[in-house]
Amino acid sequence: MNGYLVSLVPLIGVNAILALGLNIIAGFCGQISLGQAAFYGIGAYAAALMALAGLPFWLTLPLGALTAGVFGLVVGLVSLRVREDFLAITTMAVGFLFLGLVRKSALFGGEVGLTGIPPSGLGPQGYALLVVGLVAATVALSIYMKASWLGFAFASIAEDEGAARALAVPVPHYKLAAFFIGSALSGLAGAIYCYYARFITPDTFSFLVSVSILAMVVIGGIGSTWGVLLGAVALTLLPEIFRFAGEYRQFLFGLALLMVMRFSPAGLFGMLSRLVPARLGNLRKARA
Amino acid sequence: MLEIEDLTCTYGSVVAASQVCLSVKAGEILALVGSNGAGKTSTIMATMGHVRITGGSIMLDGVDVTRLGPRHRARLGMAVVPEGRRLFADMTVDENLTVGGYTRTKPAARQARERAYALFPRLAERRRQIAGSMSGGEQQMLAIGRALMVSPKVLLIDELSLGLMPKIIDLCMETIVRLKREGIAIVLVEQNTDRALEVADAVVVLASGRVVKAGTPEMIRADDTFFQTYIGLDGGQAVRNQVEANVEQRSS
Repeated sequence: MNGYLVSLVPLIGVNAILALGLNIIAGFCGQISLGQAAFYGIGAYAAALMALAGLPFWLTLPLGALTAGVFGLVVGLVSLRVREDFLAITTMAVGFLFLGLVRKSALFGGEVGLTGIPPSGLGPQGYALLVVGLVAATVALSIYMKASWLGFAFASIAEDEGAARALAVPVPHYKLAAFFIGSALSGLAGAIYCYYARFITPDTFSFLVSVSILAMVVIGGIGSTWGVLLGAVALTLLPEIFRFAGEYRQFLFGLALLMVMRFSPAGLFGMLSRLVPARLGNLRKARA
Repeated sequence: MLEIEDLTCTYGSVVAASQVCLSVKAGEILALVGSNGAGKTSTIMATMGHVRITGGSIMLDGVDVTRLGPRHRARLGMAVVPEGRRLFADMTVDENLTVGGYTRTKPAARQARERAYALFPRLAERRRQIAGSMSGGEQQMLAIGRALMVSPKVLLIDELSLGLMPKIIDLCMETIVRLKREGIAIVLVEQNTDRALEVADAVVVLASGRVVKAGTPEMIRADDTFFQTYIGLDGGQAVRNQVEANVEQRSS
C-alpha cells in the first residue's frame, strides 16, 4: 500500500466511527444531534492531554472515549426534556459551547490548539491496521446492538416514544444509553484523530464537522449500519476522487450529494437495496 | 383485582379526573363511558402510571401500586391498549409483539407471543408483515396481542372500536369476552356505549372528570334521561331514532 493510501485509512476510519456513533443516537434511537463534533473534540482533547501528561497510548484511547461518553450522558439528560427541533438546537449549542471553551482556555491551547502529541508507536501501517480493526469492531457492535433488545427498545423510541412508554419501556434509560454509546464512539474517533494528526486545533471540531457527520449518516441511509459505513467512506473519498476537477471539486461534490438525495431519499443503502434485487432479477430472467 | 379509590389527576390547572372510584374483579369487564373530555383516557393513563396523580390510591391484586412507575405496574400484571393503537408502524408484527414483552424473560415472551398468535391466527399468518401495512382490524388485533405479551391480570383498553368496521368490532368484542373468560379483569373505555354495554358486567359513567353513575348495564340503559344528558353519542342516537320514527309515521 502506498503512503497516500495508508494516510487516508485513518481519516476514513475516523469518519466511519463518527458516523456510526451518530447513527446509534439518530438512526437507531431517533434523537437528533447536531453537536457530534463536540464529543469528537472532547475525545481528541482528552486523549491529547493524557498523552501529553505521559499516559500510554493504549490507555488514552479508551479514556478519551469514556470522557466523551460521560459528556454525552449529560447532553442525553437534556434529551429527556426536549425533543426534535428543540433537541437539535440544544445539541448545536453544546457544539458552540465546546468550541468557545477550548478557544479561550489555556489548558486546551486556545486558538493554537495542542501540539507535540507523541506518536502511537505503531507506525503508519500498524496504525492504519488498528483503525481498520476498530472500525470493524464498531460495525460489529452496531449490528449486534440493532438485533438485540437494546436495538428493539431504541427502534420503539425512534418510532413512537409515547407508545414505547405505554408498553413500560424505560425510555429515559435507553435515550441516555444511546447518547452515551454514540458520544463515546465519537470520542474514540477523536482519540484516533489526535494520534493521527499529532496536533489538534478547535477548527477541526467546528459545526461544519457536525453537519458533515450528519450528511454521512443521511446519505448513507439513516439507521442502516452498512449504509452509514458506505456513506462515511464515500463522503471522505469523493473530495479526493474529484481532485482532478480542481476549483470545481466542491461543486461536483455538492452535485453528487444532491443527486443521491433526489433519486434515493433512503440514501446509498436504499439505492443499493433497490438495484441489487433488480440486477438479480434480470440475471434470473436472462438465465431462464 | 383492581381497586381505584378517589383517583384525581390534573394537567396544570385543568382537573382531568376527580375522585374517581372504580373496581373490577378477575373475569369481569368494566365499561368506562362518557362523552368527549369526560376524563376516560386520563383515568386509564393515570391507572397505568403514565399520568401523575394528585390524589387517591390504586391497588392491583392487593398491592398498592399508586407510587410505582409503569414498568413496575406492567411487571405486576397491568397492560394497556392505547387509543389509536399506537403500533410501531415500521416494525413487523413479530417485532411489535417482542417490544410488548419488554418486561418478560425470553422464554416467557416466546410463550406469550405464541399465545397471541393462537388468539389471533391472522396475526400468525402475517408475522413478518410490516404493521403499518395492515388493515385497521388487524392492527387492533396486534395492539391487543401486544398488550397480552405481559400476560396481564388487568387489561386497560382505550377506544377499542375507534375507526373500525362493525364486523371487525364484533371480532374484537368477542376477543375481549374470551379474555374475560380466561380470568383477565378488563377496563374498557368506549365512545360506542351500546357496544360497550353489550359486553360489560359493570359500567362507570364519567362526566367532567367525575363519576356520575355506576351500576350494571341494565341499570344504565333503564335511565333514558341520564343517557341523553351524559352520554352524547347515544343521546344523539336516541334523538335520531325519534326523528326517523316521526318521519316514517308522517310518510305512512
